[in-house]
Amino acid sequence: MERRNVEEKIFKGLMRVSTLLILFSLLLILLTMAVKGLPFLSLAMITQTPQGGYYLGKGGGILNAILGSLYLAGGATFLAILFSLPVALYVNLYARPDSRSVSLCRFILDVLCGVPSIVYGAFGFTIMVFFGLRASLLGGILAIALLILPMMIRSMDEVIRLVPRELLESSYALGATRLETAVKIVVRQSLPGILTAVLIALGRGIGDAAAVIFTTGFTDAIPTSLLRPAATLPLAIFFQLSVPIREVQGRAYASALILTILVLVISLAARLLSKKLTRHVVK
Amino acid sequence: MEDRTHIRVQNLNVFYRQQQILKDITLNIPDRKITAIIGPSGCGKTTLLKSFNRLVDSIEGVRISGQVLVDDENILDPRNEVTHIRKKMGLLLQKPYPLPMSIYDNVAYGPRIHGIKEKKRLDEMVERYLKKASLWPEVRERLRQPASMLSVGQQQRLCLARGLAVEPEIILGDEPTSALDPQSSQRIEQTFFELKQDYTIVIVTHILRQARRMADYVIFLYLGELIEQGPAAEIFENPRQELTREYIKGLIS
Repeated sequence: MERRNVEEKIFKGLMRVSTLLILFSLLLILLTMAVKGLPFLSLAMITQTPQGGYYLGKGGGILNAILGSLYLAGGATFLAILFSLPVALYVNLYARPDSRSVSLCRFILDVLCGVPSIVYGAFGFTIMVFFGLRASLLGGILAIALLILPMMIRSMDEVIRLVPRELLESSYALGATRLETAVKIVVRQSLPGILTAVLIALGRGIGDAAAVIFTTGFTDAIPTSLLRPAATLPLAIFFQLSVPIREVQGRAYASALILTILVLVISLAARLLSKKLTRHVVK
Repeated sequence: MEDRTHIRVQNLNVFYRQQQILKDITLNIPDRKITAIIGPSGCGKTTLLKSFNRLVDSIEGVRISGQVLVDDENILDPRNEVTHIRKKMGLLLQKPYPLPMSIYDNVAYGPRIHGIKEKKRLDEMVERYLKKASLWPEVRERLRQPASMLSVGQQQRLCLARGLAVEPEIILGDEPTSALDPQSSQRIEQTFFELKQDYTIVIVTHILRQARRMADYVIFLYLGELIEQGPAAEIFENPRQELTREYIKGLIS
């Protein structure tokens, strides 16, 4: 066989192995959660708050953490969208393309994407102390919003960059302003990508434990106020997992399963929604 | 009949970074005629066309000097509002880029941003301009479908209808048939012939036969310089410049 064909075969093989390896690891994680968690999953887990001694194996559930996480991630994602979309649009439509400040902006955001979430938590905590705030749902929302902002902006930026220049010109040529073009054309055209950006950020936000540990605190009560502490699923998993009782550890896996299903359901719903919204996208 | 001049270009220079794209261009484009800008690739045809509606503005590192007068108004004057200038001109690009919305909304996009809201009036405009672009019979039953579902040739006619809907006086075409099959190209050309009664049409083309078929007036650019301009018959039959003669014979490209 020719050398180039051998190369082709080898690299194809390597790609296959990598793909399988990744799929296998993901499957393993899901399986572990299912096997260890399913026996402990009950209706009570998702409909009740922890009763006294829940963490020692007594009854109750983690409704507090489920709701806490949903509020937290929902609020943070909403807040992040409010800031990400304008930034991504500005960088691509208003700022001079590929100018130094734009490259610098992208570079800084890339660096911020790599900052560990505990740093955002600590940063948020410092700010809260400065303003004399306690750990609260609001504090958590702000910290998580900060954490997911850079990656949300960068992923929106990447999809908006892909909008063909000619499409913008077509809109400008009709006498549209940049704002009209941004809102009516660019956002519509890149909606699937924007949605993906939001989902990735949401997934990251809902699963993060380190940024909320100082800023949001933890409580067994269902969150009712932005200014009170709130429970979150990642922390609930962490606390349950650190209790040396089989029952409680099992519930930790069940909680992880709930968190995963939650993200899955949100993603699927968003995908379905986007199918409806994106039938006009020009390819 | 004496031709009225619609676009008057005076000493137009366009620089891109250190490079001069257009060199001291002075020319007149007659009203309600088809003017073809011809010349080899990279000679500044598209830049010239895009300086008419100031789309060159949006390119990074471009400097412009000189005047482009449309109806005796200098459109390069920074005090003039660019959206107002662009409303006067419809633009067709090499490849059609329908907006990411339905066929109806594509045509209604322009009127809507310029403040027309009544549904009845919009319906009427959409129909009128789709007819003008000779697309109406093919799409009347599916106005609510995504524009991206049309064929490329239909998309280009949709783009024409979209441009006409802002009620311009001038239609600019940047090689508007280069991405189309022969049949669709012919339909576009045919439509242009019908439109020249009401509009001034300027097209950039590198297809000499197309220029011969369509143009009343021809502008020949070479390496950013205006070599010759004049009525099509003169340019094609009896060019005054040696360079024009060679280009038309196909000796240079």
